[in-house]
Amino acid sequence: MELVTPGIGLIFWMTVAFGLLLFILGKFVWPPVMNALKEREIAIEQSLHQAEAARREMETLQFTNEKLLKEAKEERDALMRDARKVREKLIEDARERATVEADRILESARERIQHEKMAAITDLKNQVANLSVEIAEKLIREELSDSVRSKHFVDKSLGEINLN
Amino acid sequence: MRKYIVSIIFIFSVLICWSSTPDLSSHEDSTSHNAKQSEEFNAGQMIIDHIIDNHEWHIATVGHTHISIPLPIILLDNGKLVMFCSSKFEHGHASYKGYKLEIERNADKGKIVKVTPGTMVTDTTAGKPLDFSITKTVAGIFVSVIIMLIIFFSVARSYKRNAGHAPKGLQSLLEPLILFIRDDIAIPSIGKHYYKYMPFLLTTFFFIFLSNLIGLIPIFPGGANVTGNIAVTLVLALFTFVIILIKANKNYWLHIFNAPGIPWWLKFPLPLIPIIELAGMFIKPFVLMVRLFANITAGHIIVLGFVSLIFIFGQMNTGLAYGVSPVSVFFSLFISLLELLVAFIQAYVFTILSALYFGMATEEHEHTESH
Repeated sequence: MELVTPGIGLIFWMTVAFGLLLFILGKFVWPPVMNALKEREIAIEQSLHQAEAARREMETLQFTNEKLLKEAKEERDALMRDARKVREKLIEDARERATVEADRILESARERIQHEKMAAITDLKNQVANLSVEIAEKLIREELSDSVRSKHFVDKSLGEINLN
Repeated sequence: MRKYIVSIIFIFSVLICWSSTPDLSSHEDSTSHNAKQSEEFNAGQMIIDHIIDNHEWHIATVGHTHISIPLPIILLDNGKLVMFCSSKFEHGHASYKGYKLEIERNADKGKIVKVTPGTMVTDTTAGKPLDFSITKTVAGIFVSVIIMLIIFFSVARSYKRNAGHAPKGLQSLLEPLILFIRDDIAIPSIGKHYYKYMPFLLTTFFFIFLSNLIGLIPIFPGGANVTGNIAVTLVLALFTFVIILIKANKNYWLHIFNAPGIPWWLKFPLPLIPIIELAGMFIKPFVLMVRLFANITAGHIIVLGFVSLIFIFGQMNTGLAYGVSPVSVFFSLFISLLELLVAFIQAYVFTILSALYFGMATEEHEHTESH
């Protein structure tokens, strides 16, 4: 019967000891422990949310990056195309201008050559005329030194002159 | 830490026991006295002696010398406080200040009774003194309480120091249990007002669990059958009962005295349902008390029973005892391991049932008719 008969002393001491334990732990231990657990859980949850948000942001960022890259590529292609066009045009223009210039130069050279030629011809003509006059003078002088012949010549020349 | 606790117990004993005998008192049994009786092995008696309370903390018996820690005796006799050390009784062979420890096998065995002055004869006419002694179980309760205080103050400290970080050491050992009590016991059973019950649930769970575990350790400072003592479980159940009474809302009382949805003829003229409900109010904590007590006591009895087998066979034949001992040891070990599980399960069951009762007492009914 001893086994199932609670003793008064034991009930008293157990109540005191357990009551004190409950009071001390309930006052000094469980509140900080429970609060710490709760705070940590909140912190973990917040961190998870933040991580999720960061991930989403990264995704949008990546998307934007890709879009930007694509745009940049397109722009570069357009620029390249334009540049090529401009270059071709430049080359074309340059060629045209060069042709025109060359033509002009050629023309002017030709003109000058013509001009020079004409000058040379005039000069030559003058010189030939001078020479002819000199030769004629010499010849005349020579001829005149021989009066017979000069007479003959004058006659002949006079004969040739057709008086109209 | 064990050393620390042992020294606390020693200091405690020294302070209370102002006897001239040393702490570890040894007493020589006179061999002529009951020599034949001590030779005989009574398994049932041995088991009962191990699981009931005692006025000294027996550690071992070498030959006829008992090695035990004497515990203080505190008696309240007709309003008079009497205090002395249990070593004065010399294990029941001497009387002191008119009291003695009953060792005869009768209803008062192990209790302190009055004697006719100068003799060892029990004074049956005088009333028994109220025994507030620090018995083995009380000392066991103190051991559990001190260990719990040490453990949980250190844990609370590490929670403060380690705020916002992963748990470390003892803290990480106990955190799953604390979370288990919060998330799997308190919140599902009580609901959103769980927070104010957490201190009681946590303290009860860890007290029962720790006491169960310490009770499984066969040597000092373990071995006191704390949770296997009906007075201890009675007090634990009473705490639950008192909290239910304090926290119960009017729905709870309505359900007891005038349960809605029950035909009127079950309540009047014979209040059948109210009687059942009222009985249930007391049966719940009573069952809590008995379940814990019976489970732990039964476990101890089985382990001790298997050990006793060796000595029972030993009385027949020494060889037989040697043959039986491996089997006995194996089964004791098996039951001890089972007891480890039971230690947890019983702490869990006590806590979850308390939580469920709290939940029932504070349940808010939006639709009273639906129930």
